[in-house]
Amino acid sequence: MSLLDILSVLASTLRLAMPLILAALAGLFSERAGVVALGLEGLMLAGAFAAATVAALTGSPWLALAAAMLVSIGFALFHGYAVIHQRGDQVISGMALNVLIGGLAPLLGLSWFGQGGRTPALPASARFMSVVLPGGDVLGPVWRVLISGHNLLVYATAALLPVLVWLLYGTGFGLRLRAVGENPHAVDAAGLSVARLRYQGLAICGALTGMAGTYLAIAQGAGFTRDMVAGRGYLALAALIFGKWRPLPACGACLLFAFTDALQVRLQGVALPVIGVVPVQFVEALPYLLTLFLLAGFVGTARAPKALGQPFVKSR
Amino acid sequence: MTNRDLPPLIDYGLIPLLNLLAALAVSGVVFAIIGVPPWTALASMAEGAFGSGDGIGYTLYYATNFIFAGLAVALPARAGLFNIGGEGQAMLGGLAVALVCLGLPGWPWWAALPLVVAAALAGGAAWALVPALLQVRRGSHIVITTILFNFLASKLLTWMLVDVIKAPGDPSPETAGFAPSLALPGIEGSPLNLSLLLALVAAFLAWLLINRSVWGYELRAAGQSPEAARYAAIPAGTLAVLAVCLGGACAGLIGVNEAMGVEHRLVLSFTSGAGFVGIAVALMGRNHAFGVVLAALLFGALYQGGSELSFDYPQVTRDIVIVMDGLVILFCGALEQLWRRPVTALWRRR
Repeated sequence: MSLLDILSVLASTLRLAMPLILAALAGLFSERAGVVALGLEGLMLAGAFAAATVAALTGSPWLALAAAMLVSIGFALFHGYAVIHQRGDQVISGMALNVLIGGLAPLLGLSWFGQGGRTPALPASARFMSVVLPGGDVLGPVWRVLISGHNLLVYATAALLPVLVWLLYGTGFGLRLRAVGENPHAVDAAGLSVARLRYQGLAICGALTGMAGTYLAIAQGAGFTRDMVAGRGYLALAALIFGKWRPLPACGACLLFAFTDALQVRLQGVALPVIGVVPVQFVEALPYLLTLFLLAGFVGTARAPKALGQPFVKSR
Repeated sequence: MTNRDLPPLIDYGLIPLLNLLAALAVSGVVFAIIGVPPWTALASMAEGAFGSGDGIGYTLYYATNFIFAGLAVALPARAGLFNIGGEGQAMLGGLAVALVCLGLPGWPWWAALPLVVAAALAGGAAWALVPALLQVRRGSHIVITTILFNFLASKLLTWMLVDVIKAPGDPSPETAGFAPSLALPGIEGSPLNLSLLLALVAAFLAWLLINRSVWGYELRAAGQSPEAARYAAIPAGTLAVLAVCLGGACAGLIGVNEAMGVEHRLVLSFTSGAGFVGIAVALMGRNHAFGVVLAALLFGALYQGGSELSFDYPQVTRDIVIVMDGLVILFCGALEQLWRRPVTALWRRR
């Protein structure tokens, strides 16, 4: 493998990692506030469908992004209503979102566009296309292949990451949000609204999953296709657990998962020394196996936010 | 979840009915959005599901899978564990069925059936065993691990069907056809086959086990209050593992219906999401074996009715049933309290 090969694998790792990173960060804000983020898959799909639909109707990727974020926030807040106000089971509510949106998006797509559940293929002007940064000739191949040439959402995610880390760890809001996932009774005793904080966490979760969906539908792809999230929501949740509910390790896990994905494309049919040709399904199964080993406590221990999954009932 | 404030008829009858009606009402809105008059849709679906012998055959065939899938969720739920791994457990069951059937050419179906059923049970149970053990021994959350196992099962099945047991010369990932003598008897021209009986027997045995045996009593006790169970020296962990494995075994039987009963080979997407329908079925059936059978029948009717509806309205696909599936999970599961509180208040004020 030449340097350029390695760089292009790394560049596609970055591209594949972005929706995972956005979704894992979304899950982070939900789970650190004490709400299980099993609905990431459905929220991303809702965002993807909204983005593709609005981009097809208006031709504007920016309006599409806004619509996707709004729709995903809406569904996230609805999930909040079920689990915060109605004290419903968070896992069941998340599964309900995944199943519901998995059926609703292609159904509406078929009824509105008549293309078998897809949205129309988008022209370049309605998508976030790759941006070539200047200076490629001077700064060499690392800049040209690895850093330059991604779409705007990749750079936006990279810029957003420190902001979100700061929001969670550097602000009073972040402290309260983390507290509400650990000990909501203490937060309540301090005179803050547990419900309000959890809704805020879910709103951020919705906004980020909307972005992730937009990325899949109109940056990486050129329209919505059914099941286009293809388990990335669950994978992001696995990455979040793998990263022990901390933002940077979770992003690291996303990069690792994306790397196995990028490598898997390269390794297809290639015979490795000693083991020979590895079936592609085995490489695809790696992220799931890694997460399983972590969950089993063989790779360190992961401690979830203490109040995760428990509805808050005000003590009297 | 028993509620002492309400008489059983309201608790087990009225509230599930209200939840179901709410789900149907929202489905009606979805129908209206996609331009199908809701009442026409309902009538057309009922006609498609029950209006002809053919329709009833398909309804019962779908219901067979959903009984298995519903039991896969309901049995572990009684032990307090949420098994969303039905889909993957069904895949392993199907794989086991295919391996046995391919290994027994020329056997009559009735001689092979016990072996095939045992293989399907073992395949499903084996795929449930690891998540169950991880939950009980290491505290790994079973929801996450069963999801991971669904993905692993799908990769394993794809690999087996593409690289290992694919029929030579066949472009699609599926096994060669089983020997004709192995086909389960069924209704001519309909996918309905002997597996329905198998499903009913499974549901009956599940009821016997859960509601009428000491073992089941201990299981329910442990599921409702692990602390109290420990105090009564009930081996809650072992019971939970067994319950999850029994659930997985039931899911494995989907393979018997699909591979031995209908397709007479193993095809890649034979589970077609039945494992996830099982969640809604178990929630609607309140995790009770008979409730599961009734809910499975309803979902079988929805599936068949939905297919019929798509002949009249091109904008309708099987997706409408997935939407209704999601709505039932939402209203009968997550929003279960929606009607319970006002109904309880009304009952108290009486």
